[in-house]
Amino acid sequence: MVRVSDEVRRLRKRFEARAEESHIWDAVQLARNPDRPYTLDYAERLFTDAFELRGDRAFSDDEALITMLARYHGQTVVAIGHQKGRDLSERTRRMFGMPHPEGYRKAMRAVELAERLGYPILTFVDTPGAYPGVNAEERGQAGMIARSILSFCQASVPIVATVIGEGGSGGALAIAVADRVLMQQNAIYSVISPEGCAAILWKDSGQARKAAYAFRPTANACLDLGVIDRIVEEPKGGAHEDVDAAAKLLDDAIRHALQQAEMIPAAERRRARRAKFRQMGVWGVVDEPTGDIG
Amino acid sequence: MTPIEVNIERPGGEESGGRRHPNTCPTCRSHYREDELRHAQRVCPHCGHHFAVGAMERIEQLVDPGTFVEIGSDLRAADPLAFVDIKPYIDRLSAAELQTGLGDSLVAGHGRIVGRGAALAVMDFAFMGGSMGSVMGERFCLAADHAERFGVPLISVTASGGARMQENILALMQMAKTVGAVDGLREAGVPYISILAHPTTGGVIASFASLGDVVVAEPGALLSFAGPRVVEQTTGEKTAADFGRAESNLRLGQLDAVVPRRELRGELAKLLMLFSPAEDEPTGDNEPLMTIVEGDANPIDKVLGRLGLGRRRG
Ligand SMILES: [Zn+2]
Repeated sequence: MVRVSDEVRRLRKRFEARAEESHIWDAVQLARNPDRPYTLDYAERLFTDAFELRGDRAFSDDEALITMLARYHGQTVVAIGHQKGRDLSERTRRMFGMPHPEGYRKAMRAVELAERLGYPILTFVDTPGAYPGVNAEERGQAGMIARSILSFCQASVPIVATVIGEGGSGGALAIAVADRVLMQQNAIYSVISPEGCAAILWKDSGQARKAAYAFRPTANACLDLGVIDRIVEEPKGGAHEDVDAAAKLLDDAIRHALQQAEMIPAAERRRARRAKFRQMGVWGVVDEPTGDIG
Repeated sequence: MTPIEVNIERPGGEESGGRRHPNTCPTCRSHYREDELRHAQRVCPHCGHHFAVGAMERIEQLVDPGTFVEIGSDLRAADPLAFVDIKPYIDRLSAAELQTGLGDSLVAGHGRIVGRGAALAVMDFAFMGGSMGSVMGERFCLAADHAERFGVPLISVTASGGARMQENILALMQMAKTVGAVDGLREAGVPYISILAHPTTGGVIASFASLGDVVVAEPGALLSFAGPRVVEQTTGEKTAADFGRAESNLRLGQLDAVVPRRELRGELAKLLMLFSPAEDEPTGDNEPLMTIVEGDANPIDKVLGRLGLGRRRG
């Protein structure tokens, strides 16, 4: 018999009662809407001045992930975000927002700069996932994602991450470890795409809608599970319906979250961030003696 | 082996043909009795193929007899999403526990290796494909806590298809949580040795498993973020036969060594010696360790821990 807390029981009840809600699939569609604002659309509206930092100083410049120095409400910040393309040629150039290892190496270069000069870090998460190609693997995709996560753990400057579209798996998390994690109302955040989950568990990628209902990649579920700190509202119909209004809502949320992150003393921020993620997860206990072998 | 529902190609590489008995070598087709294979540390005596090893058997292979103490064995997955695909997650969990005798895909604890203390986090691929969920992440952190408190190195042995889809976003967060634990070790100046067994893929290799101060792999192990089938289906690229294998990873600079299983304990003992202060000599006796319950380490604990001798507390 696995004993679980009342909190877990409440979560289970709530999720069972909310089975097959249509808003889950709506969010999947909205998060992927080709007109949805991307990182650069928000950067244009949130920052008064910006200078893009390109290249990983080792191999190339990965345009699926952009980094910049920017002025935000009077202070300099480092911004890091995935960037999808608007038309086919830009999509191809930016690999649909799926970074290679050099993209994450560029992100780590930006984190190192922020850390050295004491600039806060703002990240914008919007990727189907890290690029799953032969070259990416040969250049150490897995290890680079791991090291990128570690560099976000190690930074002592304030970090605010926002999931603005698709928060796809490790490729998203690589830039999403932060003191405050926000998520737009119609963004999704998941360990695998609904199609990938359906292909493995249902043996049929056509069952993506069922998979989405079951694993709940929505902002509401992420908030209930303690993975994000706040949901950022979007204009009626989704962020693409009124980009300026969406940017204004996002700006207010990020500014507030950054103030909260700045209140954590710098000397404690690394440990506090570690503690924040340490408590993520849900489990029960069974009564049994500690086992010895050998 | 029963079908495994994880985000990974089936291990062994024999895509075609019928089902193979688990004790038949996929490389040279030699067949072994269970006791023969176990005695050979599940390495084919004929061709050297490395069969999968369960977590408890791996611990027996590496740790001095009678010195292993498990931590967090009472933790079990709680299924907050009430997840159902073609089967409820809860049913998959009980089936996996019945099949493996384990509470989840990772066994945490501490013990001695040729006399020197270490914290251990050992995965078992047979438990839902070694998938990483909340319990696995917490158990890894408990092993890291022990290492940090007693100043002993952490050793992990991984075999995993990646994150556990049934826990979705909480499974993804275990990547951040386990990397955070490694960050804690780094801040505390405690070494971490990562051993990658076949297969280590997805969220596990993209988090703690890649962050060892020393990273070694078993021969032939598949070590990649995306498996070969995912790469081929998503990108249309062809993958070579040695795609993602330990030997390719060594050539590409992602590993320190490929170590055959029979040499693993010896190599670990050497590393533990190199990571210990000059004056430390290993303890000779084989007394079981006491369980560490809670509390912060004091200098005596650190010395005892380094010698593989924890004190009961509280
Ligand atoms: Zn053989």
